[in-house]
Amino acid sequence: MQLWLIPLLPLAGFAVNGLLGRRLSKTAINAVAAGSVFLSFVWVLKTLSTLGVFGGGNPLEQAYVEHYFTWIQSGTLNIGVDFAIDRLTAVMLMIVTGVGFLIHVYAIGYMAHEGGYYRFFAYLNLFMFFMLTLVLGANFLLLFVGWEGVGLCSYLLIGFYFSEKFATDAGNKAFIVNRIGDFGFSLAVFLIAMHFGSLDFATVFGKVQSMPVESSAGWMTAIALLLFVGATGKSAQIPLYVWLPDAMAGPTPVSALIHAATMVTAGVYMVTRSSAIFLHAHGALEVVAIIGLATAFFAATMGLAQTDIKKVYAYSTVSQLGYMFLGLGTGAFSAGIFHVMTHAFFKALLFLGAGSVIHAMSGEQDLRKMGGLRKYTPITFWTLLCASVAIAGVPPFSGYHSKDAILASAYEYAPWMYWVGVFTAGMTAFYVFRAFFLAFFGEPRWKAAGHGHDDHGHSHGAPHESPPSMWIPLAVLAVLSLVGGYINIPKWLEPMFKLAPEESGIPWTAMVSVAAGVIGIALAAWFYLIAPAIPEGLARTFSTPYRWIYNKYFVDEFYDSLVVNPTVDGSRSLLWRVVDAGGIDGIVNGAGKTARNVGGILKRMQSGSIRSYAAWVVLGSIVVIVAITMAGGAR
Amino acid sequence: MPQLPPSVPLSWYLALSLILFVLGIAGFLFRRNIITVFMSIELMLNAVNLSFITFSYKLKQVDGHIFSFFVMVVAAAEAAVGLAIILTVFKNRQTLEIDELSSLKN
Repeated sequence: MQLWLIPLLPLAGFAVNGLLGRRLSKTAINAVAAGSVFLSFVWVLKTLSTLGVFGGGNPLEQAYVEHYFTWIQSGTLNIGVDFAIDRLTAVMLMIVTGVGFLIHVYAIGYMAHEGGYYRFFAYLNLFMFFMLTLVLGANFLLLFVGWEGVGLCSYLLIGFYFSEKFATDAGNKAFIVNRIGDFGFSLAVFLIAMHFGSLDFATVFGKVQSMPVESSAGWMTAIALLLFVGATGKSAQIPLYVWLPDAMAGPTPVSALIHAATMVTAGVYMVTRSSAIFLHAHGALEVVAIIGLATAFFAATMGLAQTDIKKVYAYSTVSQLGYMFLGLGTGAFSAGIFHVMTHAFFKALLFLGAGSVIHAMSGEQDLRKMGGLRKYTPITFWTLLCASVAIAGVPPFSGYHSKDAILASAYEYAPWMYWVGVFTAGMTAFYVFRAFFLAFFGEPRWKAAGHGHDDHGHSHGAPHESPPSMWIPLAVLAVLSLVGGYINIPKWLEPMFKLAPEESGIPWTAMVSVAAGVIGIALAAWFYLIAPAIPEGLARTFSTPYRWIYNKYFVDEFYDSLVVNPTVDGSRSLLWRVVDAGGIDGIVNGAGKTARNVGGILKRMQSGSIRSYAAWVVLGSIVVIVAITMAGGAR
Repeated sequence: MPQLPPSVPLSWYLALSLILFVLGIAGFLFRRNIITVFMSIELMLNAVNLSFITFSYKLKQVDGHIFSFFVMVVAAAEAAVGLAIILTVFKNRQTLEIDELSSLKN
């Protein structure tokens, strides 16, 4: 069924744009970039329909596997390049190619005035290739290849504005922080190869499932925890979440595609994929739940006080990813994937809408300098409203369905987790609508700020609506954000995850979380529409907590003093001054100096006078003869 | 095979060879004309040839003869090349004074 076409189409797009992009016109670049992703999307649809997904019956009960060639063979370990498609992969494929295509279209409008146009789209296509490899790979090593590849593209795209120091720093930070997680992941892969003698999903999970349910070996927990370390890096969970807010230095479509909709959910996908292992390691599963909940809560509090619109959504992403892990940790794998999908819709929309706002404001990202944009950018206003109600969990929109499924599962697991989750949901609603109200309502604050002259190439006076290539994806995503909750992912995934709790288990849990969301919206409306003096008063009254939140709990500073500065100082004073300058340079320079000194002595022989050479010849011969004689003659 | 007169002992030949060789070295080291130096080298070669022949006769083996033929061939070739170099040097420098040919030093 040519599954390989799905990732290879964007790779071809990358090759064309990356190699020839400098000479192509913008139209050609657009066609190649968005077209290859669109073809890939079409091919996903065709593959799924061939497999009977859109018909009735019970398609894809078993994974459909295609084997291409043996990649690595070492002893009994046999790793092939295999692609597989099952129900989980089908969901991820639809999200990645579908949302990915919309964001490509959006980027055509958004990046129109930017330099490095072809480079941007080449990276974006390369990202699609690796992301699709990640979800299609049928063994851990292929998953790892995609995993590292998306990390690379993330690094390249965060640092896309490479002339800006903060952008390259953010790229480095993302890459280095992810290294820590990837190290855990690779250790987990080694352990799996050691204990199962294979990396194929089918083999490994088959062996795990044949073990008794209660069995919980220490090494199984170790594998699960190490896999989760990888997930905390890629999916921005405590303690490795710090790179994601900084990653907003990249262009907005990148934030939407990589740092909201697809790549950051790779960790959720990976943990869900390895659910068999996690279900045999209850301790690890509990760690997943607690880390997820803690991330959801703390990231939400950090989002409360951000003033950069993209940073608000970035912390919101961290928080929502925490929700997904809460779902996974409490055993509701399908609810986690459900939230991956709805989150892909509304968070991509939030970021694209933010990009549209930034575009309208000609590059301004500070919420304090926006306001009153409702009249100028009506489409952005309405679509962002859709995304905001979706993330706030207002029924019947998409966020409500998935978040409710997670919270219901959390309640069954431990009620206190549910209550923290509900409180977080309230905060989510609050900060998302805070950003929304600050941007679109109230007095315009941008005239005073003298906006309108910047790198975007515009210098109009008033903000302006975005071009169709930008607002059409917004509209499509808005529709998906509203109705996406009716795509019943938990039901679809039921054959894979039998532990999913009943949807309609406890009706009041849903009502409470909806109430929390509505209260959050109401508070935001009260604070930022009716009585704008209140938030400032609150910030003054609770100045210490506010300062902590505003500075993101000083976690970056803490990491700097604990890890970064010792590393830098150690490198400078020990590795550089002592080992490099003293040891390595000492050896090299010493060798050179010795050679020069010896040469200084030997050069006296080179007198240039032929007769002295003749004398040397004679002397040498005599020495040789004497030496041979002393050694006992030439026998 | 011609017989050497018995009155001339083997050591005389070797002594002659040694004298010629030392003369060659002395000329090689102390003469200042390149051509003389060159001739000294030839003298040394021939001194060696003489001792080859002597030993060959004494040991009743042809190896020494073969060696001396080789040496003669090499010496002839060397003379051809060497004289050509000397001619060129003289053309360029108008001198064969060995101490004045020290431009390598600078």
